[in-house]
Amino acid sequence: MNCIIIDDEAAARAIIAQLCSEVPDLDIIEQFDNAIDGIKFLNQQTIDVIFLDIHMPGFTGIDFVETLKNPPKIVMTTSDTEFAIASYEYEAIVDYLVKPITRERFEKCIQKVQNSLTAQPTQAANGEGGNTVGEDLYINIDRRLIKLKYDEILLIEAKGDYINIKTENQEYLVHTTLKKIHAKLPEELFLQIHRSYIINFSKIIDIEDNSVLIAKNVVPISRSNRPELMRRLNLL
Amino acid sequence: MTEEANLDYIDNLAGGDASFRQQFIGILKDEFPSEKALYEKSISEESYRMAYETVHKVKHKINVLGMERSHALAVRHEAELREGLCNLSGEFQEVLNYIASYLKTI
Repeated sequence: MNCIIIDDEAAARAIIAQLCSEVPDLDIIEQFDNAIDGIKFLNQQTIDVIFLDIHMPGFTGIDFVETLKNPPKIVMTTSDTEFAIASYEYEAIVDYLVKPITRERFEKCIQKVQNSLTAQPTQAANGEGGNTVGEDLYINIDRRLIKLKYDEILLIEAKGDYINIKTENQEYLVHTTLKKIHAKLPEELFLQIHRSYIINFSKIIDIEDNSVLIAKNVVPISRSNRPELMRRLNLL
Repeated sequence: MTEEANLDYIDNLAGGDASFRQQFIGILKDEFPSEKALYEKSISEESYRMAYETVHKVKHKINVLGMERSHALAVRHEAELREGLCNLSGEFQEVLNYIASYLKTI
């Protein structure tokens, strides 16, 4: 069984790590002092259980749980018992530890996790695209995850090592590639019409020769992408 | 008068592992002063949200050091700060000052 620890307090991470070290066959793969780095890690690696602090500045443990589409088993840790009820609303959360965590309580928790893993195979977070949720996309800007609804997005433009996501009211510069974000977007809604542009198909106002009008944006259509665009139009 | 801290929890957790004990005390010594400084800055700037976040973090350490009454004070102070009230900052500052002194002795 492997795990990661997410807690903004180094002392809390050290306590959990020490308790984990006493459990046979439990390996700590990584420790994080914030939830966003934890999400990035889960996009690349499968794990069995997360020890997750609820109360972290900016992006809380509950935000974290809501962000994951297929979360592994989660043990919430906190200093506040008042959050316990909220945490049990999530299926992935198998236990709730109040700090400072005692050895006896931790042993019970591990038993619960093991029972839970035996009863139901792990649905660990998987790789590319695994953590986009329903009709939302989370983008990482200045260590904050910002939720965008697909239908808010007008178009996405490649800008060197970044992409610029345009919505009705705002623009977001995100450090990623057009290819990566394209893989996370629903095909029925988004279409790449140029090597530098992906558009929200439902936002097209009109099409003129080599360009598409989306809100006030004129977006070029490349010759190679034009046939696919035309194929998807409901032409009279 | 501020209650005394102890290392019972840490000793129990270490279970004779001297290296972990030392490492953990090192973390407390390393992490606590910056949290105390952040709390003091937040209070002086009346930034109660930041103060509340910091008290939340520090109260775990207070608990780890076996200071039950001080922990109860931290819980009340945190709740009040969340409401924009700062009535307990003087009393809480005494607890922080005491812990800062205590950590220098271990």
